[in-house]
Parts: sequence; C-alpha cells; structure tokens
Amino acid sequence: MGFTLFYLSAIVLIPLAALIIRPWEPGFADFWKEITAPRVLAALKLSFGASAIAAAINGVFGLIVAWVLVRYRFPGKKIVDALVDLPFALPTAVAGIALSALYASNGWLGGPLEKAGIKIAYTPRGVIVALIFIGLPFVVRTLQPVLSDLSRDSEEAAATLGATRFQTFRRVILPTLAPTLLTGTAMAFARAVGEYGSVIFIAGNLPMVSEITPLLIIIKLQEYDYAGAAAIGVVMLAVSFVFLFALNALQAMVSARR
Amino acid sequence: MKKIIATTLSVLLSATTAQAANVTLLNVSYDPTRELYKDINNAFAAQWKQKTGDTVTVNMSHNGSGAQSRAIIDGLDADVATLALAYDIDAIASKAKLLPGDWQKRLPQGSTPYTSTIVFLVRKGNPWKVKDWPDLIKPGIHVVTPNPKTSGGARWSYLAAWAYAEKAAGGSKEKAKEFVAQLYKHVPVLDTGARGATTTFAQRGIGDVLLSWENEAHLALAEAGGDKYQIVYPSNSILAEPPVAMIDKNVDRHKTRAVAEAYLQFLYTPQAQEIEAKDYYRPRDQSILKAHRAQFPDLPLYTIDDVFGGWTKAQQVHFSDGGMFDQIYKPGQ
Repeated sequence: MGFTLFYLSAIVLIPLAALIIRPWEPGFADFWKEITAPRVLAALKLSFGASAIAAAINGVFGLIVAWVLVRYRFPGKKIVDALVDLPFALPTAVAGIALSALYASNGWLGGPLEKAGIKIAYTPRGVIVALIFIGLPFVVRTLQPVLSDLSRDSEEAAATLGATRFQTFRRVILPTLAPTLLTGTAMAFARAVGEYGSVIFIAGNLPMVSEITPLLIIIKLQEYDYAGAAAIGVVMLAVSFVFLFALNALQAMVSARR
Repeated sequence: MKKIIATTLSVLLSATTAQAANVTLLNVSYDPTRELYKDINNAFAAQWKQKTGDTVTVNMSHNGSGAQSRAIIDGLDADVATLALAYDIDAIASKAKLLPGDWQKRLPQGSTPYTSTIVFLVRKGNPWKVKDWPDLIKPGIHVVTPNPKTSGGARWSYLAAWAYAEKAAGGSKEKAKEFVAQLYKHVPVLDTGARGATTTFAQRGIGDVLLSWENEAHLALAEAGGDKYQIVYPSNSILAEPPVAMIDKNVDRHKTRAVAEAYLQFLYTPQAQEIEAKDYYRPRDQSILKAHRAQFPDLPLYTIDDVFGGWTKAQQVHFSDGGMFDQIYKPGQ
C-alpha cells in the first residue's frame, strides 16, 4: 500500500499537481481569459471532437478486427495480429510523416481521393486519420482476451431458438462485450487527445482551422508563457478526466445491468 | 617540503596530460545548420589539434530556434548557442542569466559571423510567374512558410514581407499589416519548423512558392538535382542575422571557456568563412562574399534594426501573445 502510494505520487500525482498549481499564478481572471480565447476554444473543439470521432470509428472497426483475429483462421494471421501493435511501437513522428506522404495530394491515396473531391492531408480530416491510426491497437488489444473467453454456447443457443445473426449479435454478444469495448474506446480517446507527434505532420496547423491543442501549448511555451501553457493543459486534463470518469461510470452501469 | 612540491608537480602534470586528451563542446543550434556545422566542426577540430594537441569533439543539437532557446533556459548544457535570431539568445540572457545581456558586443558584427536572407523557391519554369512580393497574393496561389511562433526562419520571412510592404512606394504600417494578412491567407499549411516546410513543399508537392532561408533553398535545389525548382530573388528582402554566443555559466562549469571562445572566433576566419559560403550562408568577409557572387546575388536587404527597431521590439509587436501575427488569425478578419 505504502509503496503503491509512493509510486503513484512520484510518477503521476506530483507532476499533475505541478501542472495544476502553475496557471493560477497570474490570477483567475487571466486564466479565464486564456482558456476562453477563440483560438484556444477552436483548438479544444478540434482536439476533443477529432479524438471522439476517431475513437468511435476505432470502436466499430477495432471490434471487427478483434473478432476476425479471434474467431477466424487464415494464412498470415500471426503477421496481421502483430501488425496491430505497430502504432504502439512506431515513433509517432514517423507515423505522421508516412501518413502525410500517403494522403497528400501527390500521395498514393491522397491523389485519387482528391480527384473524388475529398482532401485529407492538411485539413481537420487529416487529424482524424492520424488519431484513428494511433488509437486502433487500444480497442483491439482490450477486446481480444475477452473475445477469446467468450464461449460459443450462448450464440448457438440463440441460433437454435431462432434468432437471426443480427439478433444474436445485438442481444447476446454486444451486451457481453460492451464494458470492454467502452474501456478500449475510452483508452483510444484519451491517447488521441494528447497526441502530438503524428498529427503535426498531417494537420496543416492553421490557427482556428486545424491547430490541435497540444500544438497551441507548444506555441505558448515558445512565447515563454508557461502559465498560459499550463492553463490549457489543465483544461485538457479536466475535460479528459470528466470524460473518462463518465465512461467508467457508464461501464459500471452496463456491467451491473448484465 | 620536497614531497609537497613533488606531489604538486605530479598533480599539475597529470592535470595537463589529462587536459591534452579530450575536450567536448555542445553546440546547440537551429534546424538548417546541420550541414554547415558538420563541416565547421571537422575543420575546427583539425585546427585545434594542430594548435594545442587536444582532440576536440563538438556535439550538435538541432531543433527549432525557439525550442532550443527554451531547452537551454531549462537546463540543456550548451557551451555555445548558434541560433536563428538574436531574440532567442536574449531570452537566455534575460530569463536564465546564463550569459551577460550585452553578449552581442563580444564578437564582431553583432556576433553574427554569417548572414542569410529570405528568398522564394518556386517550381521549375515558375508557372505562377512569381517575381516579387506582390505576386505572392495573386488569387489562387499557395505559399508555404512555417509558423513564426515556432520557427525562427518563419519570423524572418514574415518580417521580410512586412519590410517590403512598409518600405514600398506609398507603403505604411497599415498597408504592411494588410499585405501580411493577405499573404497568410494564401498559406495552406503552417509547419512548425523550416525543415518541415521544405519537406511539405518539396516532398508533398504542396504550394506554389516556398518562403525559405536562402541556404535552405540552395540545399533543396542541390538535393533535387537542379531540375525541379528554381530560386527567385525578390526586389528586396531582409538581412537575416543568425547570432552565435558562448553560454558563460555553462563553459565555466565545464571548464571549456578557452575552446568555446576559440570555436566561435574560428567562425570568422577566412577558412570558416569559405566553408560557410560553400554551405550557402553569406560570409561576412567581403572578399569571400564577392568570390561567390554568382551564388549570392546582390539585392537590397533591410535590417531588423532599421525597420523594426531591433529584435526585442519586433518580437513584442509582432509575435507576442495577441501581437500582429495573432491578429491575422482573429476570426472575422
């Protein structure tokens, strides 16, 4: 217990406390002015909005990937399974550069997409693409063990009782997986909110349009405005905490209902 | 007594022999100087070895100029700082007091051994017929330049555009503000550093014009084999002065003052000035500059002191929180 407390304090609580103390130095009025500036609000909206969209997409497709990896046998499965972890291991800057090369208007995917009228790189859509990339393993890796443990009996029972495949999925499988799916999606979301390295290369970084909050913090630091940077950091921290707390509560509710 | 002298002597001897072995310096620099300092460090090490018998290794750290300045303030152990603009070294002097405030007076030419300027890099054949600053706000044209908040080179670009508009016939501060605001409406991507912007323009094919350090533009040209881009010199630009300084508190702690001083003075020697010219920085030495005239066309260059009253003022008016640059991106403008 003592060790756990010491460890948590040293690694998590003390740095966070230092962050929370900082922005009040110039006073509350300045803090409020700082965080309600239109540019900060636009950045916060982009960061949380894009992270939520990316997490939702990861929730759907992460579930499909995990399902296929657990339930099906196919050649090269081990390799695909290992590929899922790559976004964890790859330096985020490398991911960002690769994605921007791919989705730029002269890239393999960006070229055809732009002909179809969809611009990805250097727009807010680029931010979402990068965040989907870095968030995917969180959903897949949290779902996989639960999916492996899921026995097929209840699915078979549902089928013999005349349920369609969709009904089985909706009424039997999804309720069992929901808490885990929520956890994985929440982790992908939390990771996306703080992501800097990969987004910077594909976002375009235009103020009010495609400027993410972590970049705004870097810009504040460049102006030696440590209090301003910390103020934005605290807002991100607070919003993330509330969001994750709500998700945890929702998860508890879903588990309890089962 | 004899014994004491003997030990003192042996300590002294061992001290000198220990010193003759290895010295390391850390040069904390900005992004586009990688090639330059690789060449300079080799030449300096050879010269220092010949002169003192010591082997000097100069380690490099490269990043955006502002980020480097902050890193030194926060404790990065730099012996010398070679940054993109004087304000970033001023900040080290004023915020962390690691060197005296009048550091610029310690070396010739305001402590800038080489200079550069801002030029336009356009695609081969110059399809948009870009010749001068006003061409950058033609309808539909895209200009790539990094964010002046995070990039030193971008600050020089911004100021070059401003100086042009303020000093042009019929120009004024209001006209300059309008011109610069127009210009940034044509910027589709704001990278965080000069290298990033060059990549966006050269590798990703974004934009029709890259506002670039002269040395970066030459490098991009050389790398592409010379048939993809061309450099356009506007009718005037800005004299970009990237300064160098010794970080006193750090060199005293490392006992590297002598070699750090020699290193910075070396940058002014004809040998180093020749290397700087080879790596596309404009040498201060007029005869060497003239010898490389083909590479460094003569054009009127405004100085930051003439147009903006020095870096401290320029930084405060243009790049501080809520300054001119922020106003460009205010909604509804």
